[in-house]
Amino acid sequence: MAVTLAIYYMAPLIRWDRGPTAPDQAILIDLPARRAYWFFIEIWPQEVYYLTAILVFSAIALFFVTSLLGRVWCGYFCPQTVWTDLYIAVENLVQGDRVARQRLDKMSLCIEKAWKKGLTHFLWLLIAFCTGGAFVFYFNDAPTLWQQILSFNVSNTVMIFVAALTFSTYLMAGFAREQVCTYMCPYARFQSAMFDKDTLIIGYDSLRGEPRGKHKAGTSWEGHGHCIDCTACVQVCPMGIDIRQGLQMECIACGLCVDACNDIMDKINLPRGLIRYDTETRIETCQQDSARLHILRPRTFYYIAVLCLIAGLVIYGQMNRKPFELHALHNRNPLMVRLADGHIRNGYEIKILNKTHEDTSFSLRVENLQNARVEMRGAGRLTPENLNVQANHVGTFHAFISAPEQKESPLDIIFIVKNNRAGTEDRYESMFISRDAR
Amino acid sequence: MTDHHNKKEIDDISGVETTGHEWDGLKELNNPAPRWWLWVFYVTVIWSVGYWVIYPAWPTPGGATKGTSGWTQFTKLKNEQAEIFERQGAYLNRFHNSSFEEIMNDPELYAFANAGGAAVFKDNCATCHGTGGAGGKGYPNLNDDEWLWGGRIENIYQTLQYGIRSSHEETRVSQMPSFGRDGLLTRTQVTTVTDYVRGLSSGKSGSDHPGHAIFQEKCASCHGPDAKGGREFGAPNLTDAIWLYGESKDTIFKTVYDGRAGMMPHWKGRLNDDTLRQLTIYVHSLGGGEKSESVNDSEFGPITPGSEQ
Repeated sequence: MAVTLAIYYMAPLIRWDRGPTAPDQAILIDLPARRAYWFFIEIWPQEVYYLTAILVFSAIALFFVTSLLGRVWCGYFCPQTVWTDLYIAVENLVQGDRVARQRLDKMSLCIEKAWKKGLTHFLWLLIAFCTGGAFVFYFNDAPTLWQQILSFNVSNTVMIFVAALTFSTYLMAGFAREQVCTYMCPYARFQSAMFDKDTLIIGYDSLRGEPRGKHKAGTSWEGHGHCIDCTACVQVCPMGIDIRQGLQMECIACGLCVDACNDIMDKINLPRGLIRYDTETRIETCQQDSARLHILRPRTFYYIAVLCLIAGLVIYGQMNRKPFELHALHNRNPLMVRLADGHIRNGYEIKILNKTHEDTSFSLRVENLQNARVEMRGAGRLTPENLNVQANHVGTFHAFISAPEQKESPLDIIFIVKNNRAGTEDRYESMFISRDAR
Repeated sequence: MTDHHNKKEIDDISGVETTGHEWDGLKELNNPAPRWWLWVFYVTVIWSVGYWVIYPAWPTPGGATKGTSGWTQFTKLKNEQAEIFERQGAYLNRFHNSSFEEIMNDPELYAFANAGGAAVFKDNCATCHGTGGAGGKGYPNLNDDEWLWGGRIENIYQTLQYGIRSSHEETRVSQMPSFGRDGLLTRTQVTTVTDYVRGLSSGKSGSDHPGHAIFQEKCASCHGPDAKGGREFGAPNLTDAIWLYGESKDTIFKTVYDGRAGMMPHWKGRLNDDTLRQLTIYVHSLGGGEKSESVNDSEFGPITPGSEQ
């Protein structure tokens, strides 16, 4: 819990130097400028497929972990669980343990109840506010925003988001809690599909525990299971299920029942592990040897293979990421223009994406079109040999290509843009239309 | 209907209490609306009271209650328009005080003029010239490099202001005579000169063509001895590949026989001067705009137009 919370709150403060023309925050989603930064990765809206890949990677990693270790994500990393745990910790701190809390709930309103309840809700709201506050740092430059917050000079958008997240955190972690997992979370519903008999789950050893029943200290265990039906496992369960009925959809694998049962077993001098983390196979066969712990099964290799493939693709894509990109969009209205000398002219919108962090000059030419003349429309004396695009910007230009009438219409042509300093090129396929379809 | 005022009756099948109402053996179950829904409903009722006070609400004879905030759709529109005008104002001021030459060399103003011009073009000009300015039969294509009255920025500006054969007193005006109808040429002569004109752009018609003499006598005064047109009369170049009304024999015959008198309305007085100048720049930028001497000669460095994030 502490680790996940620390990551959440500290991550926006990490710096990552990208030069003077880009923000130096390691993780930043810059919505107004439409850029996303994640350490060495920089994503433009045109490259949203990287985001897809990262999400697919995360999903499959989740499946992988689930098939090996069960729902550890739910129990240890899911924000819903982490914040619920944090809220429960506050409750424990202020109001005492479960029994004390139940007593407090039953009390009529008095000063003790008022301040304990009041303090709990105040701390909850404070945590919720910090959560919302930290969230906006992922979308704004953190140090700048800190200054703004400290000088009470915050934009409406930030305030609305902080308020909305404060409210939703308070509601979800304070009141909705495990109902989110049972009724709202889609992942909980299909997670069991990733399980097999070799997945680590929270399991009740029914062979050892049944038939359950009250047991008098000192009498024989003959004809008796080791479960004394003390219901400690049911009481501690945040999801309100009885694990002795077997693995259930609600179980988030938090392990509280394991701890509770072990405590009881210690008290009645029986071996621990009546409820334990284990695989279904081992529980059914009563075997504890490690050979039965079947980690290296085909499923493991499939998942690893897929994960490596996606990671490889993302890394390959990033390593070979073009520092600039060309897009040419043929004008539709009009498709073509006949000039006085009989030549045909087509118009194109040219976009040059300059992903480098310095102002760059490009030149544009066209291939596969004989005797083509390239002219740029724009203010002043704009030539196709010198198209300047600011660092980290998209330069939009308009090009007129004129050439003698072509036999083939539309004719496939290729636009080529060259970085004037580095000499590197990017190409874009387009077409040249010589005859109107009308 | 049976009367069950005092005792609760439980429906056997659903286990739900009935209201005691019964129709032909069918009993109405008592399933009240959920409590949370009811509370939301009450809150909205209370909310509406505040709403009536602040906003216009109840229809009364002679209008509706005004509300304390004085909100109306008209003031809302006015405020939003004022906001837009204010944003435009920053550019418009600079635009207003800049010459064509300055605008053509300033990427920001140039982009501003093009955006404004494009909008005005679609509202006012697209009816005849088409949304892309490609024109049609009798309506010049504004994208090409053939101009009847000139393609420099000042020529386009004048055409836009005063129109062609319009009702404005300073309009551009000229006349293509109806050579056949008015008996200036015989039908045979019209046919001959039509054939001559058709051959001009392909270079087939030389001075040995029988139509050459007729052309030099009747047409050259406006279209020029070389048939390359005369912009002071709005006379088209007959040697190029562009035909305003079409290049078929029948069309050219009709043009010579009956004459043509295309009309373009004047816009001065209907659109304000800033709008007209934006429109001028837009039309000039469609592709055929000719350089003015002043723009050609000015010196400036490389510029990044229309950069966006």
